[in-house]
Amino acid sequence: MTSALSITRAANPPRAAYVDFPLGHTAGKPHQHELNRAIVRDALAAFEMLTQPGVVTLPYQWAADDAWKDGVMRPRAPGGAPDDARVERVAQPQYQNDSDRAAAEAVLAAGGCAGTVFPKRLAEHFDVLRNVIDDQHSPPFRGCQGVIHE
Amino acid sequence: MPNTRPPVDYIERTRDQYSALGYPPYQWVENAAPPPWAALRKPLSQCRVGLIGSGGIYQEGQVAFHYKDDLSVRIIDARAPTSKLRATHFAYDLTDARSDPNVVFPIDTLNALAAEGFIGSLAERAYAFMGGIYSSRKVRERLAPELADRVVRDEVDVVLLVPV
Repeated sequence: MTSALSITRAANPPRAAYVDFPLGHTAGKPHQHELNRAIVRDALAAFEMLTQPGVVTLPYQWAADDAWKDGVMRPRAPGGAPDDARVERVAQPQYQNDSDRAAAEAVLAAGGCAGTVFPKRLAEHFDVLRNVIDDQHSPPFRGCQGVIHE
Repeated sequence: MPNTRPPVDYIERTRDQYSALGYPPYQWVENAAPPPWAALRKPLSQCRVGLIGSGGIYQEGQVAFHYKDDLSVRIIDARAPTSKLRATHFAYDLTDARSDPNVVFPIDTLNALAAEGFIGSLAERAYAFMGGIYSSRKVRERLAPELADRVVRDEVDVVLLVPV
């Protein structure tokens, strides 16, 4: 699935289903179960439909008009700075809720890995990884698959 | 105004945005060669479907993603209630994903499609990562092979990839 057609065309996957919605809504709208089921059903149907690489455009509209597209990554005022909503990139876990942090740290403290796995090949680069993780967790992801421990 | 505007060209807009901010141009992945093709060998109604999403979804009790080229993966229990799912990402508006994670990680949606028989089943394990990784090499050489290994081991017939 994709909502960024130009990026998907450049990456050139074997199959794609394009949903013309704002980013962050690739699989539908919040709490609209019927709509979302139709979108994902149509996306999966492309698996059966396509007999060669291609992109299927799904027939769903975000709103009655396309005005939302005008402001995407554009300056808020003419001549102004582009709207850059990205937040700072930091190496500490970014929890949605404080209670999530407590829940995960309890799992880690008990020696679990809190559902986290790393690509096997990261093991070769564990020194780098450790710099990111050791600052935050003790013990650091003990028991996590794919991570070599001392 | 009716729906007449073309798709948002995120490559062009990123180029404009980076240029205005004084950043060097973003290097998009471009694969010119024809992609590999694997035919679907049975109807969807008989397929076990896997789910991989890049929207930064984690489950309560799991460590959240960080925002600096985090290559780690969360294994999400596809039968767990959606109320236990969380979303964290630095580059898209999380409001709707936090209200209903199905907008970027369609677990309930796929479970419903399995219940109605449109797909055979949803694999018990779904996989989530935080797609704001600025090294396509690390994704290609480490993250993607890891995910591919896992869905093969899960014996899925089809994987739905949901980027944001």
